[in-house]
Amino acid sequence: MSTTDVELVDYDEAVAEFDPVLGLEVHVELSTVTKMFSAAPTEFGAAPNTQVDPTSLGLPGALPVLNAKALESAVRIGLALNCTIASYCRFARKNYFYPDMPKNFQTSQYDEPIAYDGWLDVDVPASEDGSKPAFTYRVLIERAHMEEDTGKSLHVGGSTGRIHGAEYSLVDYNRAGIPLIEIVTRPLEGTGDRAPDVARAYVAALRDVLRSLDVSDVKMEQGSLRCDVNLSLRPTPDSPLGTRSETKNVNSLRSVERAVRYEVSRHAAVLRAGERVVQETRHWHEDTGLTTSGREKSDAEDYRYFPEPDLVPITPDPAWVEELRAALPEPPAQRRKRLQAEWGFSDLEMRDTANAGAVDLVEATVAAGASPAGARKWWTGELSRRANAEGVELSALRVGPADVAELQALVEAGTLTDRLAREALDGMLAGEGSAAEVVESRGLAVVSDESALVAAVDAAIAANPGVVEKIRGGKAQAAGALIGAVMKEMRGKADAARVRELVVERVGG
Amino acid sequence: MSTISRPEVEHLARLARIDMTDEELDRMAGQLGAVLDAVQQVASVVSDDVPATSHPVPLTNVTRPDVVRPGLSAEDALAAAPEAEDGRFRVPQILEEDA
Repeated sequence: MSTTDVELVDYDEAVAEFDPVLGLEVHVELSTVTKMFSAAPTEFGAAPNTQVDPTSLGLPGALPVLNAKALESAVRIGLALNCTIASYCRFARKNYFYPDMPKNFQTSQYDEPIAYDGWLDVDVPASEDGSKPAFTYRVLIERAHMEEDTGKSLHVGGSTGRIHGAEYSLVDYNRAGIPLIEIVTRPLEGTGDRAPDVARAYVAALRDVLRSLDVSDVKMEQGSLRCDVNLSLRPTPDSPLGTRSETKNVNSLRSVERAVRYEVSRHAAVLRAGERVVQETRHWHEDTGLTTSGREKSDAEDYRYFPEPDLVPITPDPAWVEELRAALPEPPAQRRKRLQAEWGFSDLEMRDTANAGAVDLVEATVAAGASPAGARKWWTGELSRRANAEGVELSALRVGPADVAELQALVEAGTLTDRLAREALDGMLAGEGSAAEVVESRGLAVVSDESALVAAVDAAIAANPGVVEKIRGGKAQAAGALIGAVMKEMRGKADAARVRELVVERVGG
Repeated sequence: MSTISRPEVEHLARLARIDMTDEELDRMAGQLGAVLDAVQQVASVVSDDVPATSHPVPLTNVTRPDVVRPGLSAEDALAAAPEAEDGRFRVPQILEEDA
């Protein structure tokens, strides 16, 4: 496990000298409640070897039966990626020896994937400094096929906890047999220096599609969406493809981008030194931002695939496929563009909303009567902060779209200032009731009784003759002290803008 | 007669993680060749209009609903394991390959 000895080539120099070609393989774990080929449960985080049955352990005589929901999800994913759905396909055995697969083969699909020849249009954003423009790139999908996940190994002994130096391994088969869909692109050509951005945007777009289909929880940090990055360099776009490396374990959007950049720089260094790139599996290390060499692709590639005799062929009924196609949700990118236009958001506002995972919530809040700007402000601002602080998803907060719409209505009606609204939110998040109930029980409403305000302003003027002198002497900013005194007197429940008007009026010019 | 070469047997042995002596490799090449010869007889009756058979019964689309059925407890799952530790199967260290 040594990192390369070659000095890396600066990224900009590398892409000026070579043409990068990408290939992306994404594995997505389906959120079915049972495994691909057996009725064992699939709960994440359960105690080791409690989500197993004879089939997922590969015990003698156990026979697999395909999960209908997993097949349906596979077809829907294929359709959403504009693929052709196979009229006939089979499973195959991929033979290899590794203890994470108790059968000594993985049940997968080989030359007959359930879905093939598709595409996904990917919106690649402009670079942060604005020097590189936004554009749309069509990623061609070679195939999407069904397979099963493997177990998890824990390597014991040795100094690093990694496989090298380990004395033995402990295996948990809870994950073995969980339905996976592997989505493989055709080579992504012509991305040039934007290769890392295209790779990231593709995985993000694919994640959005999968989320919209509700087929997976698509959590990269939990491994339910995993990306392998293939990269090669060639001298010019007309040259034959160079030798590729396959970087595994790239489990965040940012890592996808970083891993591509790193491999571009590394390949360029190898090629510049006149050496040959080794075709191998490499491992991405999140902490150091490096890849290290795994195994070379040689014998290991000889998986001796053959048709799985224990699972019968699949011939999806065309009428059923058309039913599924007709019921697909609006594609996320298209939906986002439609909503952006409806809401009048800028590109940046829309991106912030999407990045906060708040598009659905803003939509529901607007449907409940709030203005789009008001809804966005709550979900991407205060509520995102609260969700982050609690370490939960926005949708898991105690406050929903209808609550936010009600709160925003109180702000727009002048009943609450922003500060009072945040206090009301505290109460709502604490389960004290609706916005109106919290305003009532905590006594939060803005004092709109003009005579009470005037009395407070006059009292502040009388108590601060020095400040009044300054204002009259032309120091308008001194009014802040009087406004502060009035707001304190009103315990914050006054409209500061109205107080300022009254102070100016009563002090006189 | 033998349609399988010694290097092919060596390759298969390596894939199957079986250590074989030179003598065993020679013997196995001959034996596997005889097996292949026997199976090869099928080729004499194959015609272009008969596709290769992977499944002997004409069934398709056999699925089950996505409903959990109780499986094995960890205790049962591990009962036949040669070695177990912390609720997991204990296996020898894995050499030369990476997870």
